[in-house]
Amino acid sequence: MSTHETSTQALGSREKPAKTARTVRLNVEQASFAYAASAESAPTFTLGATSFQARERELVAILGPNASGKSTLLRLVSGTLAPLSGRVELDGQETSRLDSRTRAQRIAVVHQESPILYAARAGDFVLQGRHPYGRALRLATTDDVAIARNALAQVGAEHLASRTIGELSGGEKQRVILARALAQQPRLVLLDEPTLHLDIGAQVELLERLRQLAEENQYAVVVVTHELALAAEFADQVVLLHHGTCLRVGSPAAVYQRELLEQVFEAPLDVELGPAGRPRVHLRAGRNEDAT
Amino acid sequence: MRPLTLKRLLWTCGALAVVLLACMVLALNLGAVPISVTDLVLNLGRVAIGQSDQLPTEYRLIVFDLRLPRILLGILVGAALSVSGASFQAMLRNPLADPFILGVSSGAAVGSILATLIAPRFTLITPLGAFLGAITTIAAVYFLGRREGELDSTTLLLGGVISASFLSAIVMFLMTALTGRDLRGTVFWLMGDLSTPIQPGLQWIFSVGLLAGIGAIYTTAADLNLLLTGEREAIHLGVDVTRVKLVVYVSASLLTGLAVSASGTIGYVGLLVPHAVRLLFGPDYRLLIPASALCGAIAIVLADTLARTVAAPTELPVGAMTAMAGAPLFIYLLRRGMR
Repeated sequence: MSTHETSTQALGSREKPAKTARTVRLNVEQASFAYAASAESAPTFTLGATSFQARERELVAILGPNASGKSTLLRLVSGTLAPLSGRVELDGQETSRLDSRTRAQRIAVVHQESPILYAARAGDFVLQGRHPYGRALRLATTDDVAIARNALAQVGAEHLASRTIGELSGGEKQRVILARALAQQPRLVLLDEPTLHLDIGAQVELLERLRQLAEENQYAVVVVTHELALAAEFADQVVLLHHGTCLRVGSPAAVYQRELLEQVFEAPLDVELGPAGRPRVHLRAGRNEDAT
Repeated sequence: MRPLTLKRLLWTCGALAVVLLACMVLALNLGAVPISVTDLVLNLGRVAIGQSDQLPTEYRLIVFDLRLPRILLGILVGAALSVSGASFQAMLRNPLADPFILGVSSGAAVGSILATLIAPRFTLITPLGAFLGAITTIAAVYFLGRREGELDSTTLLLGGVISASFLSAIVMFLMTALTGRDLRGTVFWLMGDLSTPIQPGLQWIFSVGLLAGIGAIYTTAADLNLLLTGEREAIHLGVDVTRVKLVVYVSASLLTGLAVSASGTIGYVGLLVPHAVRLLFGPDYRLLIPASALCGAIAIVLADTLARTVAAPTELPVGAMTAMAGAPLFIYLLRRGMR
């Protein structure tokens, strides 16, 4: 069902020279899951066996429409759910078996922004990323402060440190949330629909930044999204999900086939190959009366 | 970037402790019988160096047998209610949470009255019943406040307010039908006042319970900061959310139970004090919890002094004072939240 492609092939389409022998960070092997109201009743949602790998410095997009199983797959990867069958391993260790502290030192998860109750300063918010490394009251050490400062610098938000979160724009807030994830010094960064509340400029900026960070810090990055165009432009690999089934795994060029995408997203689409070997997706004009 | 340091933590708490001490002296000084400050300091000094037998009898009676126990009770109740309010606000992710508004105080009152009716001779039963009443109520309100598996802020508050009104009606019923028409007792359970000192045998239990409750909540202070940004986020940052919930709900119920069984249902302290502390020192729970404990003590000591003196020689219940200040703040916060 799934066609595996190596990341070097996917990267070959970008201008970067092919890098060999990148270590596999994340290994998802035939992982499946089923939600049920109780142990006896029939499952209400199942995610069929899914396999893919993410190497260091690689950006993998989990792509699919609503209710396709993206969030479930993300929870399996993050280790907050244990797979019903198969394995999810980070550097050879099953993510669901790590204790919460160790897991937080290795995996950072960035969710869609959630409301923040009181006016915390951005700097203090980023310092929260050091939580899994501290004990008891977790008063910040000089190292913690340096790491948090560096994380803010990496997302270009040093100047926001003393502002309160409530004062920030959507894009600024997203950067501060990302900085908190970087302060965790993880090996794997997971993002759940990070572009949801951002305008297009901020979306492109965020994904470019993610690529650059993955390169600099040797993270593997996994992004859950339903943005076809963004995934095509920035992902090394795409995992395409539909109704809880993993349809394809591979480079955007290999996964983006018109009939397949039209069936999954239930909209008339045009797919063409762009100059860098990356597919371009457009909504087909004039036929959008049956588009959802 | 200006992260919280141990120095700032200790200086803030030290300064607040000094303010509390000053408020205690003021409260000892003021009352129906005026006492001069010099006499007071002199006599407090005598006690401090162990010469308490040299005290004039009227001093001993007014200052050390009447006013001081009342002030110490105020400190206990203020600290307990403020810390429990601050922790409910974090756990329920609701800035309007407070043991009184959520009905937890009324639940503790019902538990306390029932327990006393069942085993009147067993003194420990009053705080124990209050604790059980408090923990049952917060569990009930928590489940009432859930919608489609998520805590809904409005449903939670409505559930709390309705539970509070229902439980207050039960307090009225129990006080009038079962214990005879005891008006003073009814006012105590519905409004709260500090005129009944803790029974001598229970003083240690209350002190230890207070310190243990605040201490247990304080061990989760860093986790509470993360829970404010969401439960899911906290889990991903390595917080053992189940453990934190257990520790905080049990401890906050213990604190509310202790406060209510000693002073009835004094309202709005858990709302007023943490918000004032946030304005003064920021929202960091590592500072907010000890500062709320101290400011809560200061607030109740001052409120009670005011309640004793404003219409002297008649005493107002201290709960009336806190409600007069707290209810407008609640409305202000509610409207700010709606905008």
